[in-house]
Amino acid sequence: MDFDKIREKLNILADAAKYDVSCASSGSDRTNANKGLGNASHMGICHSYTEDGRCISLLKILLTNHCIFDCAYCVTRKSNDVKRAAFKIQEVVDLTINFYRRNYIEGLFLSSGIFKNADYTMERLVAVAKKLREEENFNGYIHLKSIPGASDELMYEAGLYADRLSVNIEVPTVSGLKLLAPDKKHEDFTKPMLKVKNEIVRFQTERKIIKSTPKYAPAGQSTQMIVGASGETDKDIMYSATYYYKTYQMRRVYYSGYVPVADDTRLPALGSQVPMLRENRLYQTDWLLRFYGFAVNEILNKEHPNLDMDVDPKLSWALRNLHHFPVDVNAADKRLLARIPGIGMLSVEKIMKARKFRRLNWDHLKKIGVALNRAQYFMVCDSRHWERRDLDAERIKGMILQASSGKFRNQYSNQLSLFN
Amino acid sequence: MNASTTLIYDGSFNGFLTAVFVAFDEKINVADIQRNGQCQNGLFSDTDTIFTHVEKAKRVWNGIKGKSHNAISNVYFAFLSETEGVEMMLYTYIQKLMRTQTGKYLDYSDSTVLHISQLARKVGREKHRMEAFVRFQLTKDNIYFANIEPDFDVLPLISKHFRDRYADQQWLIYDVKRKYGIHYDLDHVEMVSLDLREVHFNKVHKSDAFLSEEYDYQTLWNDYFKSTGIKSRINPKLHTQHVPKRYWKYLSEKKAS
Repeated sequence: MDFDKIREKLNILADAAKYDVSCASSGSDRTNANKGLGNASHMGICHSYTEDGRCISLLKILLTNHCIFDCAYCVTRKSNDVKRAAFKIQEVVDLTINFYRRNYIEGLFLSSGIFKNADYTMERLVAVAKKLREEENFNGYIHLKSIPGASDELMYEAGLYADRLSVNIEVPTVSGLKLLAPDKKHEDFTKPMLKVKNEIVRFQTERKIIKSTPKYAPAGQSTQMIVGASGETDKDIMYSATYYYKTYQMRRVYYSGYVPVADDTRLPALGSQVPMLRENRLYQTDWLLRFYGFAVNEILNKEHPNLDMDVDPKLSWALRNLHHFPVDVNAADKRLLARIPGIGMLSVEKIMKARKFRRLNWDHLKKIGVALNRAQYFMVCDSRHWERRDLDAERIKGMILQASSGKFRNQYSNQLSLFN
Repeated sequence: MNASTTLIYDGSFNGFLTAVFVAFDEKINVADIQRNGQCQNGLFSDTDTIFTHVEKAKRVWNGIKGKSHNAISNVYFAFLSETEGVEMMLYTYIQKLMRTQTGKYLDYSDSTVLHISQLARKVGREKHRMEAFVRFQLTKDNIYFANIEPDFDVLPLISKHFRDRYADQQWLIYDVKRKYGIHYDLDHVEMVSLDLREVHFNKVHKSDAFLSEEYDYQTLWNDYFKSTGIKSRINPKLHTQHVPKRYWKYLSEKKAS
């Protein structure tokens, strides 16, 4: 191994890949076959965390950062003056295997700048995955990027070796895409998505009849959107996320606060703050939609196109819909329990089970782990003490904010802005 | 009411289950269950030493498992937490489990049940952490070696994970704190007790036990770790929350260089 050369390439190509936020290694069920190397843990494992607190579970690199496109939001765009490098197929295979054997990673996440054309690039990505699976008998997790515009045949082959496939939609609106990535068409993104979705559906039906049908992308597909680059509202983002969840059966949609990488009048200036709080609120909304039984138009609609920054989206919804409350935790059904601010799905499960034995009071709920500072205004339990005052939404919000300290509080505090 | 007795067992899980069996069988009024060597006599109780009996232990194991699979794994996980007084807590838990209808283990409004399930969860979390934070180093004998220092005794819990995953390489994971390890010889996993003189944490000094290629890969991994972070989003608090500092000395990416 030519250590210095590999080292330089790794630095360049890992650096360029870091803006892809997906690092999930969960959801696959590949087992170790014939005493080979590795398996894919169903729940996924984060082997380390970067200093910005994101999980590292995969070796996330680009095959190359040479690119024929010039998308404004991307570091590897053609017009950007950065060092370029390219891995050989064997080099990626060796790195992956050696990192995996030392228990550094769960597998490989391979993406690439587009060189020559989409199919030529996709072919290289598939070749890496194929080599890992067939020559190295590697059963760990592989996440391949679907290159926009790649042919159906290649997408089919990719799914045979990869656990997950993803195309990053990046800009949530079609008009934004036209502005920021004029070389790319919206259909280029959706075509591979549709192919992958259809193949997954086909695999699932065929497997019911023939058990040995080869696995096709068992961990499904995902996509990513940049937040805060093209002036879209939270409503635009969440409605298009919902669309991708429904239409293409995405396992995940990721939201990535835009990190300024270019001096371009179409984009936020270099050095402007990454919208981390907004990103956080979008993820909270995403969870409410996927696990808490909320519909997207309950949280975001014409009257409320953006999420509240000072309180979480569930509390914000509850404050707008006080007529649903208070809820009796000893009687309410699961769906309603999940809507009480301060009660998460884990607490809901525990409450459902515990209340079969006795009626629950404040003390039980506190021990179970309910955030009573929020929940107390929206529920009653087996106690003579509950919120009896007829409080309006503003009062409740004020009292909750006063009694708690959020980690993002300094970012939206109005008081400080008086002085600067 | 008969006088209470303190049961003393050998510290093994089977030993503990035997103690539970004896307590149920002889209808002993148990004052405490204590590990041999850590016992403290109560003023008003007798002591009784329990000899581990695998058959008896098995009956208790099956009895709890008959109530629920979840309960037996809670009992085992909580036992491995090595928390002071966990034996008595578990004894109460098992009593409650046996006395009531099925599903008692789900009664999170009962303080013993909640506490045991929380303890089990803690141990489960540590198990998961160890599956993540083990860093193998390739020795000159071609064995992938790692030392760990977990908060709880999780080696028995992680052995299956590593056996399934690294089926084609020899490996050894050594618990520095408890002075034993598990070794996989390409066929099956065995417990080995050895007293390592040197603890191989991630110091800059290179030990000659390892191949030089090993240090190349550590450097690459270290580089990768650095270049995958985004400077403008740095968040040290979140970082240490996910990777607590007590684990840093065994993580090659946290090596000072």
